[in-house]
Amino acid sequence: MKIVVCVKQTPDTAATVTVENGVVSWGDAPLVINPWDEYAVEEALRIKEQQGGTVAAISLGPEDAREALKHALAMGCDEAVLISDPSLAGLDSLGVSAVLAAGVGKVGDVDLVCFGRASVDNDTGIMGSQVARRLGWPALTLVSKVVSIDGSSKTIEVERMLEEGRQQVSSTLPAVLSVVKEINEPRYPSFMGIRKASKAEIPVWTTSDLGIGEVPSPALAWPEIYAPAKVETKCEFIEGDSAEAIAAKLADRLLEEKVI
Amino acid sequence: MTNDILVYIDHFKGDPLPASWEAVGAARKLAADLGGSVVAVVLGASVSDLAAAAIAHGADGARIVEDPLLAEFRPEPYADALKTIAANAEMLIFPSSGRTRELAAMVAVDLETGVAPDVIELEVIDGQVIATRPIYAGKLLSKIVARDKRPLILALRSRAFPKLDADASRSGDIVTVEPEINAPKTEVKGYSDAEVGVSLTDAAVIVSGGRGISNNPKLSPPAEITDEKEIEVWKAQQGFKLIEALASVLGGAVGASRAAVDAGYIPYAHQVGQTGKVVSPDLYIACGISGAIQHLAGMRTSKTIVAINKDGDAPIFKLARFGVVGDLHEVVPALTEAFKERLQG
Amino acid sequence: MDFGLSQEHEMVRRMVRDFAAKEVYPGIKEADRNQEMDPQVLPRMGELGILGICIPVRYGGQGMDYLSLGLVCEELEAVDTTLRVVMSVHTGLASMTLLQWGSEDQKRRFLTPLAKGELIGCGAFSEPGAGSDFSHISAAGKRKGDSYVLNGEKMWISLATKADLAMVTVRTNPEIEKASAGLTTFVVELDRPGITRGDIHGKLGVRAGSTGWISFQDVEVPLENRVGEEGEGFKVTMSAFDSGRYTVAAGATGLIRAALEASLAYARERNAFGRPISDHQLIRQKLATMRREYEIARLLYLQAGWLKNAGERNTLETSFAKHFATDASFRAASEAIQIHGAYGFSDEYDVERYMRNARGAMIYEGSNEIQTLIQAEYALKERQDKPLRMEMPAYDAEIWQAG
Repeated sequence: MKIVVCVKQTPDTAATVTVENGVVSWGDAPLVINPWDEYAVEEALRIKEQQGGTVAAISLGPEDAREALKHALAMGCDEAVLISDPSLAGLDSLGVSAVLAAGVGKVGDVDLVCFGRASVDNDTGIMGSQVARRLGWPALTLVSKVVSIDGSSKTIEVERMLEEGRQQVSSTLPAVLSVVKEINEPRYPSFMGIRKASKAEIPVWTTSDLGIGEVPSPALAWPEIYAPAKVETKCEFIEGDSAEAIAAKLADRLLEEKVI
Repeated sequence: MTNDILVYIDHFKGDPLPASWEAVGAARKLAADLGGSVVAVVLGASVSDLAAAAIAHGADGARIVEDPLLAEFRPEPYADALKTIAANAEMLIFPSSGRTRELAAMVAVDLETGVAPDVIELEVIDGQVIATRPIYAGKLLSKIVARDKRPLILALRSRAFPKLDADASRSGDIVTVEPEINAPKTEVKGYSDAEVGVSLTDAAVIVSGGRGISNNPKLSPPAEITDEKEIEVWKAQQGFKLIEALASVLGGAVGASRAAVDAGYIPYAHQVGQTGKVVSPDLYIACGISGAIQHLAGMRTSKTIVAINKDGDAPIFKLARFGVVGDLHEVVPALTEAFKERLQG
Repeated sequence: MDFGLSQEHEMVRRMVRDFAAKEVYPGIKEADRNQEMDPQVLPRMGELGILGICIPVRYGGQGMDYLSLGLVCEELEAVDTTLRVVMSVHTGLASMTLLQWGSEDQKRRFLTPLAKGELIGCGAFSEPGAGSDFSHISAAGKRKGDSYVLNGEKMWISLATKADLAMVTVRTNPEIEKASAGLTTFVVELDRPGITRGDIHGKLGVRAGSTGWISFQDVEVPLENRVGEEGEGFKVTMSAFDSGRYTVAAGATGLIRAALEASLAYARERNAFGRPISDHQLIRQKLATMRREYEIARLLYLQAGWLKNAGERNTLETSFAKHFATDASFRAASEAIQIHGAYGFSDEYDVERYMRNARGAMIYEGSNEIQTLIQAEYALKERQDKPLRMEMPAYDAEIWQAG
């Protein structure tokens, strides 16, 4: 089985994130592997351990964005590639999905692509579906369990977490999965893995390496990024003649303020 | 290129997602500023009644695709169908669900256009639509606009936009479209029940009970329970049933203060605080909790705190956005009913 | 002088931090209250390779350097001292002593399973009647043909009841004038006939750990278990302390950091006189001191680790590190309690546990009074380091990582 995991490098979730003049900063908080991606890496490794094969981690980012890939290697991925090119700055999902799909294509003969559910910075959760669509492969999102997978018959069955309940879906391979955290408990990087990862030379693929001529320019713009207004913690006391009246008022206020 | 604002009506086995009507409502408001028609789009095996409901909720008309290949939702065939319909629209708006996220993503790729999920606010300035969505777990907000590609595809967060009440007298055309749809490579095999219980640390809503939960003089315990301590615990458990009911209606989890856990009212797994779990939900409703610093340490980063306590001077009110000075045993069940009406109606 | 740590070091530290925070912290207060060691701790630390972090791969270890050992200890003790105590006795006193003084056969039979976590080790040196005055221990070993017969009692032994083997130093030559030259060290499997052991409860701190006594009654130990030559036991034991003491220093540094982090969090939240108490100068002074002493302790133990990597004798530097860090960690924990006010006095918060745990380290692995005497001897040049017959090997990545 040849598996590719797409990982992203994001600031530590404990970081204090601020914005000044539209530029987001996280102080000296470290850059780490997107926490959701750890579940994707773990699942890929488990499938490989069961079925045999290889797991490659790919990431799109600036030149020095190797933390996520190093972590993936330390967990046990066989190889890691950074896709980086000055022309790839400022892309939106249209461009990123095209680049990642090209990356999967360049790895070649891939049976399965795994994504984490979303990234903790942008939090759109659409990359898995978009990369699948570009590759023409089925997308299986919100996967909470890989029930069975067979590299020779090229089939997979998964369980997905929908709002309405758990859904079982079968599919052909190759396919693209995005996984939720109920799927597994990611392993710690082993010390051997850490050593290999820190020594590893991570190759960089540029747009010409990928063989993509023109990357789709962004369809969206972000004219403003700002911190939400600090809500005054002056308590608004809800009063009324009866418990029912108070409850009605409170429920209305909460819905009005879009708290619910 | 038309100036149609398409609204995708999401449904599960024929049951419409109520948030679909919110999307119609939001589209109506945009149409008022931008001009253009609000056109509902419904895909499935047999959907004309959903189309009619969409029109009743404010759509000017509807386009439907009825095809056996669409009997069970799969994003690929649905995207095949939707992309043809949406190709010339100005905007395509979705309510939020697992289905619509995949669908919106794929249609965006097919039409080489932009998509922004989880939109919480919409404005129109100088004829341009500006969508706001949270990033970095809501620590920051981002405004989004479309550059030159259309349609602009958006998925709206549930309950962030108002819906219009259904008005059966509203009318509009329902047009059937027959786009080419490829058979999917995946197959839905079945479903199993949704999980019972939300994890405390993941919950978006938490309703917590404190020491005050056992203090309900109106309750009479069953005759078999005579020991004072046992009566206290029994009363507390009845109280926690009220908490549980409110949490259930809000799709949330049940929490507790250390005092309640120490007193044996509820297991340690529910404890919120310094010892116990640290939580950061969107809404934290503290019932009968005074708000000592070690409890606050566990929930102070909650987005909105509501406090219900008999003691108007309880420290928790300093942190709360909304407060009710009253008896939780009356207010909590009343709140449960109030929300039932508003959310499930 | 490059004060930076490598990416490998940072990844090691993060991994251990995650493990301790995720798997140990949630249950630590209860374990501490019950005075019982969490049964998962030793197997997990073994499985994850933490127990053998700085032992060469060919002896079952992970092949990392001595700095990594220090970093690991800092992270472990920041969650609870008992985790670091495991490293001190299993890795420091047992494994590293065997690495330095053990025969190839002993390394194969004992060091390898210790490094893999298949066996648990400890150091049985102190006795009811002798701790600081180590030359005058009374436990005895009598040569009898191809074995020795051990008699006596060891006390205040961490992991006494959990370990599979112990490094035991006894008096084999009662006649010799220089008492320290009459000691010999053995590796003793703790299931040998004649050995009984028990737990000591009621300790002020390190309650989520396991401390006990081991009694030897006519315990026969074969010649192959003797570590070093007859009469080298004092040197072997002092080498053991150079290793163990280093882990104590690194761990105590982590404890200072934990006290500091807890204090910063609390001080930012707690209001008094109209503002967070972190705005008030007397609180700020405490926070500054904690921070300064953390940095000092850190530099001292990293220096010791660096010397160990270089294969250089580091008894003095390790003494500085242990002495300073342990005293500072007690101060830091005590001040952290003060910052927390009444809440610091409750086990709802971690800081009272930090203080109780910190107190022990000022006493064990060479009391801080002994450290002072050692430092004076070096200062007065009354003490010169002479080469040992067996030195702790310098770290060499290629050699350590060769399978």
